[in-house]
Amino acid sequence: MLTIDQATYDAIVAHAKRDHPDEACGIVAGPEGSDRAERFIEMVNAAGSPTFYEFDSGDLLRLYREMDDNDEEPVVVYHSHTATEAYPSRTDIGLASEPNAHYVLVSTREHGNNPGPVELRSYRIVDGEVTEEEVSVVEQLPPATIESTA
Amino acid sequence: MAIEVRIPTILRTYTDGAKAVNAQGDSLSALIDDLEANHPGLKDRLIEGGDLRRFVNVYINDEDVRFIGGLGAELSDGDQVVVLPAVAGG
Repeated sequence: MLTIDQATYDAIVAHAKRDHPDEACGIVAGPEGSDRAERFIEMVNAAGSPTFYEFDSGDLLRLYREMDDNDEEPVVVYHSHTATEAYPSRTDIGLASEPNAHYVLVSTREHGNNPGPVELRSYRIVDGEVTEEEVSVVEQLPPATIESTA
Repeated sequence: MAIEVRIPTILRTYTDGAKAVNAQGDSLSALIDDLEANHPGLKDRLIEGGDLRRFVNVYINDEDVRFIGGLGAELSDGDQVVVLPAVAGG
């Protein structure tokens, strides 16, 4: 299950609507191993395309260095589909390379840039296998548990 | 000659979970052969048909190797190599 706070959920949807009809993409980082989607990071779709997305290679390196420095990992990798449903395409499955991440898909095909509900779904993609999971939107993430050293 | 190579999560199955390994070589191509000798299977994940895979990014000292000679890019002692799979899809 993906647990996501309302503000992050809204930010992903707003990004997808804004970039429609091109695909929008980004990540939500969190502490390594925590599965907490804490830090929303919008990325530029270097492909600038309605049918493809790719992080710019320089942006990608900076992003991963920053996460490395912060002991973070990508908890969510999101992108939008602008003419099809919020389900991973064959390309999405073939290129998925973060086995620990929740792959979030947003479809803007219904309302495009305009207000209105969007379809947002989440998946695990491991070794070419797609598993859909429940999305739980909460007002705020529960407090992080601090590991006891006692 | 030691060059640190940062390994992404998805390829750590080839490095016993290590985030970084040391390797040697005076070009990226030689470095990848050296990696393969110690971590069999890794080369195939980086190279396809004699060239770097389209959706694997390799950086030498923060420069994308595609702009500095690809597999022929030169390496020297102390350089840092980072491997990152593209974040991409359709």
